[in-house]
Amino acid sequence: MVEWTDFERATIQNIFSKLDYESVGHNALGRCLVVYPWTQRYFGKFGNLYNAAAIMGNPMVAAHGAVVLHGLDRAVKNMDDIKATYAELSVLHSEKLHVDPDNFRLLADCLTIVVAAKLGASFTADVQAAFQKFLAVVASALRRQYH
Amino acid sequence: MMLSARERELLIELWDRLTPVAEDIGSEALLRMFSTFPKTKTYFAHLDLSARSEALCAIGKRVVLAIADGTRHIGTAQFTSNLSYLSRFHAYQLRIHPTNFKLFNHCLLVTLACYLGEEFSPRVHAATDKYLSAYSAVLAEKFR
Repeated sequence: MVEWTDFERATIQNIFSKLDYESVGHNALGRCLVVYPWTQRYFGKFGNLYNAAAIMGNPMVAAHGAVVLHGLDRAVKNMDDIKATYAELSVLHSEKLHVDPDNFRLLADCLTIVVAAKLGASFTADVQAAFQKFLAVVASALRRQYH
Repeated sequence: MMLSARERELLIELWDRLTPVAEDIGSEALLRMFSTFPKTKTYFAHLDLSARSEALCAIGKRVVLAIADGTRHIGTAQFTSNLSYLSRFHAYQLRIHPTNFKLFNHCLLVTLACYLGEEFSPRVHAATDKYLSAYSAVLAEKFR
């Protein structure tokens, strides 16, 4: 069972309430594909991912980024049982999508950077720690059904 | 790991901008690392690591200036030879577990994102991430 302090709970709710899921999702997924090009292997049907401009301008990347953020929202709303909330998604990523779970951390890192750029100085060290703890719990829940 | 000519230019531009605020950037990156990854504090148990402490500022400044300096020698033999002292220092004296370099690099990127906002574009982010990985690899080279 993950223990959340009041500060951590409040921080997560606060951050996500400020995010435009469409734009942040687009930005985070796009960055992941640019900064860690091997992650493009999972998006063979997305068309032109040839360079940074193509990736960031790709509408399928934008749409999928939003899907990911809306998926994260489920964890935001169920912080006390993220494991159960993501059981099906975990099976999906493992059995159907065959995603190497090490890549979850890369997307989480890119999302952290996008949120940092957006919030600037208010994304303090303590806020960052809470946010990354949340994403680590999410990643761990997504890895659970890998056998 | 390959850095194009344009990426090398972007890096020199970026780190030239950061040099005057090396202390702020460096100490903040360290602080973020200690908050998000508390195990990293074990390497600094003998120091005062509170926000903007003397130790944090001094180390942070040194680290950022060293990283900035490296951008001018990317892709040359001088890159490795200039880092030779730091490399030995990290290997034989500090003996830092190599995974920690990635943790620091990430926190440095987050610091840059907060500082630069939208200007920390995906291209600059990618170039910086690659550069920091290469830099850490040289620092960890002599570990075994």
